Amino acid sequence: MKKPVVKLEFDDKKGQGNSRRRFIKMGGLAFAGSTLLYACSEDDDFNPGMQPEPEPEPEPEPEVFDLGSGDLGILNYAYALEQLEAAFYTAVRTGNYYAGAPDEEKELFDDLYNHEVIHREFFRTAIAAATADNPDAMLPDLEFNLEGAGIDINNRDSVLQTAKLLEDTGVSAYNGAGDRIETAAYLVIAGKIVSVEARHASAIRSLLNPDSADFAGDDVIDVNGLDPAADPGDIYNAVVDLGVVATPFTANNLPAPQHES
Amino acid sequence: MSIIKMLDEFSSENLMNKKSSRRDMFGTLSSFGKKAAIAAVPFGLATNKAKAAAFQDSGNSAVDALQLALTLEYLEAEFYMMALESDVLEGGSRSEIAFMQISKHESAHVDFLISGLEGAGVEPVAKPTFDFTAGGSFDPFNDGDTSMEVSRAQMLALAQAFEDTGVRAYKGQAANLMGTAFLEPALQIHSVEAKHASEIRRIRGLKGWITGNQRGDGMPEATQDVYNGEEVTMQADIDLVGYDYGDSPLVGDKTVAVTQAFDEPMSGETASTIAGLFIVS
Repeated sequence: MKKPVVKLEFDDKKGQGNSRRRFIKMGGLAFAGSTLLYACSEDDDFNPGMQPEPEPEPEPEPEVFDLGSGDLGILNYAYALEQLEAAFYTAVRTGNYYAGAPDEEKELFDDLYNHEVIHREFFRTAIAAATADNPDAMLPDLEFNLEGAGIDINNRDSVLQTAKLLEDTGVSAYNGAGDRIETAAYLVIAGKIVSVEARHASAIRSLLNPDSADFAGDDVIDVNGLDPAADPGDIYNAVVDLGVVATPFTANNLPAPQHES
Repeated sequence: MSIIKMLDEFSSENLMNKKSSRRDMFGTLSSFGKKAAIAAVPFGLATNKAKAAAFQDSGNSAVDALQLALTLEYLEAEFYMMALESDVLEGGSRSEIAFMQISKHESAHVDFLISGLEGAGVEPVAKPTFDFTAGGSFDPFNDGDTSMEVSRAQMLALAQAFEDTGVRAYKGQAANLMGTAFLEPALQIHSVEAKHASEIRRIRGLKGWITGNQRGDGMPEATQDVYNGEEVTMQADIDLVGYDYGDSPLVGDKTVAVTQAFDEPMSGETASTIAGLFIVS
């Protein structure tokens, strides 16, 4: 399958390290935010205390992918989140925690891996079809850096806390995206996925604190019995702040909600 | 002013602030139990159209969606309240802790939907009279001579059926709420129902997600309609079982994994019919 390529701002000392799995193991990339990229490229005078840089070979300006607008923007947004979740569970299954986990927990992470990979590949296929005439509008494969974000796949608590964070984020993100979707079929698809993310969140929360109300805890659900619904901008910032996404992209043109809440 | 117009102007901020005192109504529940057996409710859903048809048809799909949601929330709220009032669950058990948390949410959903409908100038449907024995088929609150163990199993089985129905029913109404201020709060309820479902299923020894159209071990056959249609493997015309996952191969059976990864919507008619099994009037 042809995978779109994004221009990345880093020197890959390991050679053609284009395998996601290997990349996650290697880590070592800091997230480069779009503003930073722009600053570097557009503010050449800002170079305090440093020697003038030798003029490098002219490189093409790195293009930062924007998720886009309308339903396509929302699909790319969901695709980005599913890529993150799938990459995380892929990595989890290579770690020491998983290797030594009880069967019940192994099975749980097998399921979460399956579901998130299926979601990711669903969006990959659906978006490719929707952008057949304009493939550049499809979010490329993102690279992730779990180690750089302080995520330790060898440690049970780190794995469970990260899973909880990602699943909670997914639920909140899908809930907040629903009112920005124009096409009913896409809304229903998002609904088919978000409830599975919520089932995951509940299971992980239950595993973290058994015999408690945390599966649907007061830390996330409000007095009206409602889960959060976050704006894409807030989700974007939160994910960027995690430091886990190594491929810069922006979310500057996502649609507004049809009703302000 | 049309109802759609009112819905459009309705802001969910009102939903958050306006609380009704409907919860008080739950204090005066009529007694259930054996006497409900006089109304023999057939299990076959096809024979139960009369009750399904009793639900609202206002001509406005958004209002109908919310009235259906309210009916399901009435059912859940009353079920959990009665469950907690019975002595069936062991004090301090995982089940009781879960039921208390879920009960809180379902009662809040009832209040929330009533406030939302009233705020939109729509009269909320009245709370039906429920019979959680489904005409004497179950004894979840141990009102009969069933053993406590069986009652407990039935109580958890019904909880699973109600939560999984709730997830599918809200999903089925999402499109009807598009373009209204109710869509987002409905989605916010929808995911909470899924969290409930996952925990109840796990308490019952199942996975938190639905495999194929399997209702799962220990679920009465009467609940099969909750799960029919969950076995979908094509999403947006994409065959996710035949798909080549390349260097991310799925673990285990692909069909199992694909059906788990998506929850399917349920029509309002099916949801009404399932709820109708437990509605006397």
